[in-house]
Amino acid sequence: MRESDNLFGFLKEKALWVRKETLNIHKIAQDTRLASSLSAVEIFVALYYGKILAFAPKDIRWEERDRFIISKGHGSISLYPILADLGFYDMKELERVCKEGSFLGGIPDTMIPGYETINGSLGHGPGVGCGIALALKRRKRSEKVFVLLGDGELYEGSVWEAVMFAGEHKLGNLILIIDNNKVCMLDYCRNILDLNPLDDKFKMFKWAVKTVDGHNIGQLHNSLKRIKEDNNDKPKLLIANTVKGKGVPSLENDPLSHIKNIKPEEIDKVIGGLK
Amino acid sequence: MNTEKKAMRDVFIEQIYNRMADDDSLFFLSADFGSPKLDMIREDYKDRFINVGIAEQNLINVATGLALEGFTVYAYAIAPFLIMRAYEQIRNNLSLLSHTHKINVNIIGVGAGLSYDVSGPTHHCIEDISIMRTLPNITIFSPSDWALAERFVNYSIENKGPKYLRFDSKPLPCIYGDRANIEIHKGFFELAEGNEICLIATGYMTHTALDVVSRLGEEGINIGLIDVFLIKPLDENLLFKKLNKYKFIITLEEGFINKGGLDSIILGILNKKESNIRLRRIGFNDAYVFDIGSREYLHKLNKLDREGIIMSIKDVMEKIYA
Repeated sequence: MRESDNLFGFLKEKALWVRKETLNIHKIAQDTRLASSLSAVEIFVALYYGKILAFAPKDIRWEERDRFIISKGHGSISLYPILADLGFYDMKELERVCKEGSFLGGIPDTMIPGYETINGSLGHGPGVGCGIALALKRRKRSEKVFVLLGDGELYEGSVWEAVMFAGEHKLGNLILIIDNNKVCMLDYCRNILDLNPLDDKFKMFKWAVKTVDGHNIGQLHNSLKRIKEDNNDKPKLLIANTVKGKGVPSLENDPLSHIKNIKPEEIDKVIGGLK
Repeated sequence: MNTEKKAMRDVFIEQIYNRMADDDSLFFLSADFGSPKLDMIREDYKDRFINVGIAEQNLINVATGLALEGFTVYAYAIAPFLIMRAYEQIRNNLSLLSHTHKINVNIIGVGAGLSYDVSGPTHHCIEDISIMRTLPNITIFSPSDWALAERFVNYSIENKGPKYLRFDSKPLPCIYGDRANIEIHKGFFELAEGNEICLIATGYMTHTALDVVSRLGEEGINIGLIDVFLIKPLDENLLFKKLNKYKFIITLEEGFINKGGLDSIILGILNKKESNIRLRRIGFNDAYVFDIGSREYLHKLNKLDREGIIMSIKDVMEKIYA
């Protein structure tokens, strides 16, 4: 058995656990955006458990950490269990999401150890990421800046201001990951404003682009590893093709999954069906 | 005293240029907006100057990212476009994020009030004080002359939070050149002491107010004048001590009245202190200025010129003595 098989097996187990915990959070906090958070599970798992990101749970402003901006803040509830598991905060906090006195809300903010920026409103991450990447580049530092955004978020004009900027200023230390789950709040993106061809749009703006299956943990991990190690001066985009609501049959491929909840009494059954 | 007319931005940017030599944490961003002095920064500090293009939202976002990594950032553009196009970026990434992070971003908006007189209502900036002061954690600086702007350079570097600098676009005479004792953090300066009536002005209107005070002085009428340059945070107790001796206060601003501007700040202080001092507000009512003409002409139309203000003061005096 190769070492990577071990790693991918471990990552798959973690992804299953994260889905389960995300559903458990949704059970007590129905205001959390479940479908958006489920499409990004493997991305978070690869970045954190796959050791793509450098981080220090007890020293959240550690200078040598990679900066990770979660621009699709609402769709990152699946990061809550990961940050707890890795020691950013106590596991018990997961039982208090959206409860009085908790720092874990329906949409994350910087009161949560591990979140770099505030991203409840969409389209801010790429520009702030550009500024951080520019600062690190000017200081000749080797840390990378990762920004996760949703495909529906690409409708925000500010995203394209940043995309133009990053290409022109050769921010090779900036890595954008699009959780390409193809569904907005009310419909499939293709029925709203078709975003395709997505890769060509970025290439025209001087970006290096790679597309992967965002639920294939091996493919995802390998791509992220290669991208992180690539020190050329093009900003990098990884399009992770995902399924909104992944793992929950009633949410998968439902154009309204963004605003659908799974009732608390149904959660255990859904967890039992996770693969 | 150096009474030469100068543009605030030129004096401010020249000082920033000088500081950039010794302080490599200063970074200057512009949204395709210039100044002769800025050309010096563009030439000599190519690695710490970027023109982000006509993209105010990205201007603020990039500034935020740089500041999160420890840079002191200047983000420079035309005032109304900067603060209103990028208002949510300012709210989320500067105001909100400052709750947990030190973010030294100095937003320099040029074109306060009717600076861009003939350019019309899109270029006028008469909402900024009220919409910016509603945001927590943001300092608002509204200087009346270039000497104050020059003094703000130190403040902008030493106070590590987001700030909005509202600069007039026109060269204006110096008010504070020979007053070495001005302290920015005190927020205001009493330019004239009066008997019963006090004018409170900010920015360009302080110049008109000085003219009013001088003209009425010739008639033997002593009017007080306070120039408020640090809109937020403002030492309200200190200001009230000055106001408390007057019967009537008149606020003067080149902005909307009754909507949270300078007038509301003063009214709020009087209310908090349970004061009986009466207040009149002079500024723009609830309508944009579509008339074409010089700033002086537009002020005359809206009774913000010297004669209009004197009429208001005489009206107030009649009320006091009635």
